[in-house]
Amino acid sequence: MRSIEDLLQEIPTFAGLEPQWLELIAGCGLNRTFAPGEHLAREGDPADTFFVIRHGRVALEIGAPGAGDLMIETLGEGAVVGWSWLFPPHRWSFDARAVEQVRAIVFDGACLRGKCDDDKGLGYELMRRFAAVMLDRLQATRLQLLDVYGKPVAG
Amino acid sequence: MSGAAVTIERDGLDDLIAALKRRGFETIGPTVRDGAIVYAEIDGVGDLPAGWTDEQDGGHYRLRRREDEALFGYAVGPQSWKRWLHPPELTLWRAGRAVDGGLEIETEPDDPPSYAFLGVRSCELHAIAIQDQVLKDGAYPDPFYSARREGAFLVAVNCTVAGGTCFCVSMETGPRAEAGFDLALTEVVEPERHYFVCEAGSERGAELLAELPRAGAGDAELAAAAAGVAAAAADQGRQMDTEGIKELLYDNLEHPRWDEVSERCLTCGNCTMVCPTCFCTTVEDGSDLAGESAERTRRWDSCFTLDFSYVHGGSVRSSARSRYRQWMTHKLATWIDQFGTSGCVGCGRCITWCPVAIDITEEVAAIRADALD
Amino acid sequence: MANRSPAETDPTASAVASPGAARAPMTPRPFRVLARRQETADTWTLTLEPADGAPAPRFEPGQFNMLYAFGVGEAPISISGDPDADGPLEHTVRAVGPVSTAICRAEPGTELGLRGPFGSSWPLAAAAGRHVVIVAGGLGLAPVRPALLAALARRESLAGLVLLCGGRSPGELLYADQMVGWGQDPRLELGVTVDAAERGWSGHVGVVTTLIGAAPFDPARAVAFVVGPEVMMRFTAQALLDRGIDPADIHLSLERNMKCAVTQCGRCQFGPTFACREGPVMSLAAIGRFFGVREL
Repeated sequence: MRSIEDLLQEIPTFAGLEPQWLELIAGCGLNRTFAPGEHLAREGDPADTFFVIRHGRVALEIGAPGAGDLMIETLGEGAVVGWSWLFPPHRWSFDARAVEQVRAIVFDGACLRGKCDDDKGLGYELMRRFAAVMLDRLQATRLQLLDVYGKPVAG
Repeated sequence: MSGAAVTIERDGLDDLIAALKRRGFETIGPTVRDGAIVYAEIDGVGDLPAGWTDEQDGGHYRLRRREDEALFGYAVGPQSWKRWLHPPELTLWRAGRAVDGGLEIETEPDDPPSYAFLGVRSCELHAIAIQDQVLKDGAYPDPFYSARREGAFLVAVNCTVAGGTCFCVSMETGPRAEAGFDLALTEVVEPERHYFVCEAGSERGAELLAELPRAGAGDAELAAAAAGVAAAAADQGRQMDTEGIKELLYDNLEHPRWDEVSERCLTCGNCTMVCPTCFCTTVEDGSDLAGESAERTRRWDSCFTLDFSYVHGGSVRSSARSRYRQWMTHKLATWIDQFGTSGCVGCGRCITWCPVAIDITEEVAAIRADALD
Repeated sequence: MANRSPAETDPTASAVASPGAARAPMTPRPFRVLARRQETADTWTLTLEPADGAPAPRFEPGQFNMLYAFGVGEAPISISGDPDADGPLEHTVRAVGPVSTAICRAEPGTELGLRGPFGSSWPLAAAAGRHVVIVAGGLGLAPVRPALLAALARRESLAGLVLLCGGRSPGELLYADQMVGWGQDPRLELGVTVDAAERGWSGHVGVVTTLIGAAPFDPARAVAFVVGPEVMMRFTAQALLDRGIDPADIHLSLERNMKCAVTQCGRCQFGPTFACREGPVMSLAAIGRFFGVREL
């Protein structure tokens, strides 16, 4: 089985990171498997971790009273799940649930945060890369908001 | 043209109109009504606007008395010949529904009069040719337009007076009629004589001309006619630089000028009604109360209406800015890609009849002077 | 039916659908509703054949007919059936206004008026040896379904075939039953995503552009057919450009107000193009300079 460090190099979010930082980040990661239906994270929980999906599909969900759990996005292989570990108040803002069996790398965000405080260069790199992930998700979410397939309201 | 030019005296026009009537034509020509030059059915010279001229400018039209009795001493009025060739309202077909749900649809029988148009200006000849391309010469000829157009007898008049908003010289559509007419007249009014230099533009024009009292046109008469046309050419009220105009407008679709002009534009659509080349229409489907018979009528419409671009619960062009831009860029730019010529013939009607005096030549000049890179 | 050569796909040839059409292009022909199938809460597929027993006109994938509901009006509706099959014409219609609602309500045996087919078509003939990538959003799957069926029929001549579908929610996906078959068809790579779903949906959730990055096609050999709401087409086109497909190989299906469908009412103009003649299918290269202009 390939090392976490090797895997990280293929994830677009971490591509091009300097080797010593890749090694450092990989050192904060552990492989984990989630059974179908198992939660990787729950809304409101402290966000001290983030995940990189190696295999399988994860659904991001929000529970709305009376509407059940709404799936707002699904993420698959190579995707990064979770950015609240980087930003206060460090709390998960949605549920992340394995739709099928999921193999993922869990990263100790709390530990990485400490390392970013010590090494501003690492901090800048991670901030930049996670900002790019958020930008992509935000753009996609905005398109979802437009409800382009919705029934047109007569003008 | 077929044959040499001849002269006809003023009263010879009565013979011309009579000859057209003998051939079964309903002759439409200029008359004075409601303070404007209005095209209507005419029976003789007496119906023509003798001694009238027009004063035109942005948002301004007045008739004034001339010092002579010229019959065509004015430019163009609010109407154009499309009023007869491309009727403002028309029933296209009627349908009936049987009890079993079966449909029967019948194209409306169409038996229009044979029209003769007396007094067609060169810009109007170009406009008719432009509408021919849109409505008659494409893959789906409009049978109603074709029925009125094919066989229409066109008696052109070469302008000897330029209108205050005319710019046919810029658009290369006049003032002299070059083609597309059966007969062309140039009016000469002298203290002792009122006559027309006349040339035939077709075989049937020549045949009709041969029935009229006429004489060969001499050098002095030809020169007088030419001088009149030259005066109209020299006295143009407006001008438009058409060099590269298509690319200019394509490159300036977000120019701030559109915001400025749209603050004035009322989207009233007058320009589209008076423009001789505007052809856009809408259809209306209706039925009787019992739901047994239905019909579709076609009506003139304007790209200035919100309904024109309505799709999916809203209009594509909801702002006045976008609608003015659509009209002007269609007329001067996209028309060229669509039909091979400009859509504008420089008649100036849109300038004269705009209630807020928006001037298409001024808009082009403003964008050109300050074009976006 | 074998591949049609470009000469056989002259749109004007197939567009003059009946002897009467050339004489009076605005007069509809009566067509009888043979079948009516509900697809989603507000969408139906109607199958129509000429009421006089004459054969239905042939059409190219991407073309549309003007359908008339007695006494109500006419609407441009894309043909959604198999272009290689002779016989009745399928139209998938969404009830969004009085005309489309009246059409959707037409029971078998009712007669509607029909004019057409009109418009340009998906360039399948030129796609031989290429990787065809279809991206359809919402009701957009209907106008491109003929191209999908034709591509499946001549799959050996293509380098690949990918279908990416986006919809509002699982219940609003078109042709859901056929999609199961497409997902299992080895000739086709299928990706489906919805904007939102309740738990129980085991597929993707997210906008259709999220499927493009990982879709299995070679951009250098790809030709894309994109259809859906205009916003969706704009962002999809950008995502395809980002993957390296040439603008001349990205084809969109544009929708505009239409009353005549014969370039005479003036309403369907988009820049210099008439959506009823140069469109509805147009390449991004052909319209690129106009496509992003607001309210054009």
